[in-house]
Amino acid sequence: MTYSKCRVCRQPAIIDLPRHNANFCAEHLLQLCRRQVEKAIHDHEMLATDDKILVAVSGGKDSLAVWDILIELGYQADGLYIGLGIGEYSDVSLDYAQTFADERGLQLITIDLRGEYGYDVPTAAKVTKRVPCSACGLSKRHLFDKAALDGGYDVVVTGHNLDDEAAVLFGNTLRWDIEYLARQYPVLPARDGFPKKVKPLIRLTEREMAAWCIVRGIDYQVEECPMALGNKHLAYKAALNAIERQSPGSKSAFYLNFVDKMAPLLAGLNQAAAGDLRDCETCGAPTTGEVCAFCRLQERVSGNHPVPVELVLNKKARKAYLAAQAVGE
Amino acid sequence: MIVRLRQPKREITVDGAHTVNQLLDQLDLNRESFLVIRNGTLVPGDGRLQPDDTIEVRPVISGG
Ligand code: SF4
Ligand SMILES: [Zn+2]
Ligand SMILES: [Zn+2]
Repeated sequence: MTYSKCRVCRQPAIIDLPRHNANFCAEHLLQLCRRQVEKAIHDHEMLATDDKILVAVSGGKDSLAVWDILIELGYQADGLYIGLGIGEYSDVSLDYAQTFADERGLQLITIDLRGEYGYDVPTAAKVTKRVPCSACGLSKRHLFDKAALDGGYDVVVTGHNLDDEAAVLFGNTLRWDIEYLARQYPVLPARDGFPKKVKPLIRLTEREMAAWCIVRGIDYQVEECPMALGNKHLAYKAALNAIERQSPGSKSAFYLNFVDKMAPLLAGLNQAAAGDLRDCETCGAPTTGEVCAFCRLQERVSGNHPVPVELVLNKKARKAYLAAQAVGE
Repeated sequence: MIVRLRQPKREITVDGAHTVNQLLDQLDLNRESFLVIRNGTLVPGDGRLQPDDTIEVRPVISGG
């Protein structure tokens, strides 16, 4: 039924990876993924063998895959899921994350934004009149930092993959945003009040991560966050994949060569940009002002009546969302 | 064959595609952005498809 054979063992392949100009069977696809993660960890000194790791878990393929791979490689890692209150999407995502953890006897910490901080992402977006991803990103960053420090974790792992990083790099490059370019590195060292953060999946594509989950039998949230529909990040990914299709390997060359060749040149700028920090008067987190951005957001939006998801979507996203709801019934 | 699509979930019928790559081309989908699954197993680009197959075409790109 299949003509292509695994590059390693010559058994029938289950996937073609044009950027490696090769096909792989299930076993050797997993081997390739593990080795790429090991290489990223080693090259960038991401993790030490006895580190206590906290994985930022969304219930999507990347965060579950990175958690799975780290455990397989013998690391000790707990997960943290943040309930963002994005309707059914959030409920289902939590189910996937919890099931994954339970089946493997892993510890998943959960924080519910509305339950513990009195707001959710759609409501924050409505009240602040900003795009949902801005309140969402701010809340996630703050709560991951806090959970890592409170829990005594050495490092926070996120599931950002090659496509994510290449898309961000593409956006930063289109604007020649030097400040963002200088900060775009797969390891963020710990500094007063912020935990170390690393991205072990930078050498693996989204397609490879989805394949990892399918081969390993990991059920994950396949549906997209309704807030993401029609965003620029997706447009950049589509553009890069159009190039990748014509010229396999372009995406990894674009990003990984940036990390190797360009990031060292920008490193000095990064340090200059780090301003003076003091403790937030409300929560103690490091901030440049008196009260940190998270506490200011919470102060402003908590206690508001919950706003339904469809009220804060852009036109394109709302159309797609309502269509999806109709099919889902 | 029956093709299950996602984001959002839906089902369509497709005729005339003999391989995974033909199917993706016919649906105008980029091979970099999708995986094809049959009975829980991945099927590579040159994997043969049968008229009575039920397959899932799963998008792998996320925007979060
Ligand atoms: S797409 Fe935006 S709102 Fe949705 S999870 Fe990602 S950052 Fe949050
Ligand atoms: Zn093999
Ligand atoms: Zn604060």
